[in-house]
Parts: sequence; C-alpha cells; structure tokens
Amino acid sequence: MAQGLEVSEVVLRTHSLVKRFGGITATNKVSLDIVRGARHALIGPNGAGKTTLINQLTGVAAPTSGRVELQGRDITDLAPHKRVGLGLVRTFQINQLFGTLTPLQSLALAVASRVGAAHRWWQPMGADLAVAAECEALLAQFRLEEHAERPTKELPYGKRRLLEIALAVAQKPSVLLLDEPAAGVPASERADILATVSALPVDVSVVLIEHDMDLVFSFATRITVLVNGTVLTEGTPAEIAVDPQVKAVYLGEAEFRHG
Amino acid sequence: MTTPVLQAAARLRAPSRWRAWEIVLWVAIWVTPFAFASHAALISEIAIFALFALSLDMILGYAGIVSLGHAAFFGAGAYGAALFAKWVMPDPLVGLAVGIAVGALLGVLTSPLIVRGTDLTRLMITMGVAGVLLELANKFDNITGGIDGLEGLVVGPLLGRFDFDLAGRVASFYSLAVLFVAFLLLRRVVHSPLGVSLQALRDNRLRVAAIGMSVNGRLAAVYTLGAALAGAAGALLAQTTGFVSLDVFEFHRSADVMLALVIGGAGWLWGGLVGAIGFKVLHDLISNVTPEYWTFWIGLILVVLMLVGRERLFRPWTWWRRGSK
Repeated sequence: MAQGLEVSEVVLRTHSLVKRFGGITATNKVSLDIVRGARHALIGPNGAGKTTLINQLTGVAAPTSGRVELQGRDITDLAPHKRVGLGLVRTFQINQLFGTLTPLQSLALAVASRVGAAHRWWQPMGADLAVAAECEALLAQFRLEEHAERPTKELPYGKRRLLEIALAVAQKPSVLLLDEPAAGVPASERADILATVSALPVDVSVVLIEHDMDLVFSFATRITVLVNGTVLTEGTPAEIAVDPQVKAVYLGEAEFRHG
Repeated sequence: MTTPVLQAAARLRAPSRWRAWEIVLWVAIWVTPFAFASHAALISEIAIFALFALSLDMILGYAGIVSLGHAAFFGAGAYGAALFAKWVMPDPLVGLAVGIAVGALLGVLTSPLIVRGTDLTRLMITMGVAGVLLELANKFDNITGGIDGLEGLVVGPLLGRFDFDLAGRVASFYSLAVLFVAFLLLRRVVHSPLGVSLQALRDNRLRVAAIGMSVNGRLAAVYTLGAALAGAAGALLAQTTGFVSLDVFEFHRSADVMLALVIGGAGWLWGGLVGAIGFKVLHDLISNVTPEYWTFWIGLILVVLMLVGRERLFRPWTWWRRGSK
C-alpha cells in the first residue's frame, strides 16, 4: 500500500483488524500503516466505521480478530491508559473534559500523569515547577490563558475544543489520533483549531478523522478512504481527489469538495 | 521566564491555601469542649459522625462513587477496635489503628466490586456488602455478642494518662483530635495531584484513562482511604461508648451519613463537617420539640434543599432577584 514510503519507519500498524457487533461487521480486515511524522487522514461517509477503528486502536474496544502494533510492539491486549503511556494518544469527537476543574488544573493533571507525578498526595498541585511551567506554555500555545482559571464547563465551546486537543498534546504523543477536531466549532473559531493542528511537531504522527474536506485536503499528505468498515483505497490527496470509486461513494454528498 | 512559571504555580496552589474563615471555624470547634463541657458526649458523637461523613465525602463527593453501605466499614472498624480491646490490649490509640486497618482491609477487598457497573449497581452492591456483614455479625454472636452487643469493653487510659470519664470529656477531646488530624490529612490529599485526579474521575472517567491514568487503580485507592477513615470513626464510637452492637452495620447509618453529606454539600471537605454538625444539631433540636416527628422534618428539609438548591437556600438575598425573572 504505502509505496514510496518504505524507507519511513512505521510507528502504528494494524494487521487485518476485524470488529463485529452481532451480525454487523463494523471493521473489516483493516490493515493500516502509519509512518513517523505522518499527516494521515481517515475519511469515509457516516457509519464507515472510523470511530470504531479509533476505539480499537486506543483500546476502548477490543477487536474480534487482528492485531495492533505500536512501534513494533503488539498492544492489542493492552489497557487504554497504558497505551497512552507508550505515546498513543487521542482526542474525542465529543469533548471529554473535566467540567469542574479549570483548564489549568486539567492540563496540570495531564502533564503530571505523563511525568509520573499524578499519584503524589503529599504536596499540592503547583509544587512541581516543571509541571507548572509546561502548563503555562500549553495555555499560551492553545490560547487559553484568559480562561485558565474558570471551570471548564463554563468555557465557550471553541475554547473547550482547544482544551480537548491541548490535553492530548500534553501527553507528548508519538501518535496522535484526532477524532473530528473541528466538529461543531463555529466558523469564527475554526481558525484557532486549524492553526493548532497544523502547528503540531513534525515528528508526531497524526491520524485525522474528519468530515470537513477542506481541512482534510489542506492538512493530509496521505488519505485512507473507509467504506462500510473496509478500506476502499489509500493514496495521496491528489490521487484520492480524482479516484472514481471515491467519487462514487461521495456522490451526492455536498461536503466532498476541496479548494 | 520566571514570572509566568511562578504565576501558573501560584494559581495551581491557590486552592490549597488556608482561608481565614477555616481557621476561625476550627478555633470555634476546639472551643466547644471547653465551653459546653456538659454536652461532652454529644460533642464526641458529632465529631465521630463528622469523621464518618468526611470519609464518605472522599469516595462520594470527590471520586463520585455512590455508596449506600458505608456503614460496612464503620461497623468493621467498631468491631475490630472493640474485639482488640477485649482480647488483646486496651490501649485506645493502638485500638484505633486496628480499627483503621480493619476498615482499610475491607475496603481493599471490596473495591473490585465497585469499579464496574453503573451508579445503581454500586448503590446495590455497597448496600449488599453492609447487609452481609450485619448478618455475619449476627450469626457469629459468640464473637460479636450478636443482637445483645459486645458489652463490658474496658478501654485503657488515653496516652496512658487520661481515663475515659462517664461525662465523656476525655472522649470529646479524643474524637475531636482524631477528626482534626483526619481533616488535615485529607486537606493535603484533596489539593494534591492525586486528590485533583479523584475529582477528574468524578467528572469524566473516559478522559482520566485517556491522559494515561489507571481509573480502577485510583478508584480502589480512594475507596480504601474512605474505608480506613470510616473504620477510624467506628473504632472511636466503640471506644468512647464502651459498647458495640449490630447497630453499627445498620442501613440507617449509611443513609444518615449520606443525608448529612448532602446537607453540608458533597465535594468539599467542609461539607462533611458542616453537614454532620447541622444534621446532629437539627436532630437534637427537633427531637426536643417533637420527638416522634423528627423524620418528617428532616425529610421536608431534604426535599426543599434538593429542589431549591443549596446555593440559593443559604443565600436568602438571592431569592427575590432570581424569583422575579
């Protein structure tokens, strides 16, 4: 599949992943290679099984058969939080935040978790200056300084969406799975999301699930099209844009256009 | 670079700073056993109840684990301390440590039961565990004294010097001291990364796992901590009253402590304290006026509290402002 990328190091690989719910096959023999530094988009019509695939990658759902490998290590049976420790981090299509905590506290927790300081009980939050410094940088990077001390549930939607991504970036992921980062974000705040997504470090492999084709084609260097749980095709944005099969799948769906 | 770093650190630390009103309240609490020496027994009872409420606050208010069987740990601590005093040694502090250990052990053993399922599952499981323990204590009456209770407990002098007196003066200082130490400890815990992660657990477990933390490990840890403190409260009750009966496992204990916590406000440490004091004082006042209708009044208060909301109920000046909308 990944012609021209053989020299690159594969960081995340799935081997013939299958997931069945009763009689429905949500994921059908999906084999994916994600290389280091990839900007890889996963597209497909609603119900194509994109989120189900992400859930298997992150360990929220166990595959019926097949394997998931992270940097050569089989992680198929590893608990979700342990995969995060190995650098496989995701964001959620629907915000999953800590409503009563402030963005600053949430980020401090995420950073503390990464550096192994989240089990400390004898010193207050903020006692670790390295963690605090990193939080400060993240707040600035994601333009959350003004909202740092409000309970997260009171934040405007666009800001919560940014925090959603910031929490994942705080894990310093080697593979970052972005599940529709721009979903529901009003046009006025989309620029912030796009800016942060394109500013991700180059060595991070990013897998983007997105319906917004403008975002997909401006961001991705490689695109996999998923239909009915099966990989329809994979290629560069230029190849995908002219692929007759892809056009057929998206025929009538107004959202398939790019500029 | 130093200024922004210090700012984030200071902002993160801010909630852990002692407020003036907290110090005032603790001074007031410590004055009561001196000022109301004739009510020493009641003060001790309230302190024990407050400790019990604090322990529930950790698991319910902070970590969001609903429990209607918290008496299981209270009772285990009470019997643990009582049997230890009867058969091994009468020293109260060692007995207290035993009560804590028994509560914690039971917490560790039962924590796998509460990590899965829904809130309803947890309510039923916790209630079930307390029920099982109640019947076990009833069945093995040769050890526990069964329905007649464990009588003739002799608890040694506190620190080898202060004998527990009939009026309960030593008991009131003892219970308050244990409550105070527990409060200081928990105050440290809730503002630490571990404590904040418990609140995160209450808010969104999915995300806790997604930032690389073990949800089950943290649930088990906080459940054990809550169980240990409930064990301490049970041990205090056994030692200060010199008596334990099956009553320590009864459902009403689990329900009362939840009521007290809800009245005071779950999710902040003072909620347990204020709720326990409010509950016991209300009980005392209402029982004096109409002994048989206590449940009616507490029920009514609860309904009003839940419908109106604590925030509004205790801020009468906001009633008209919002009501006029």
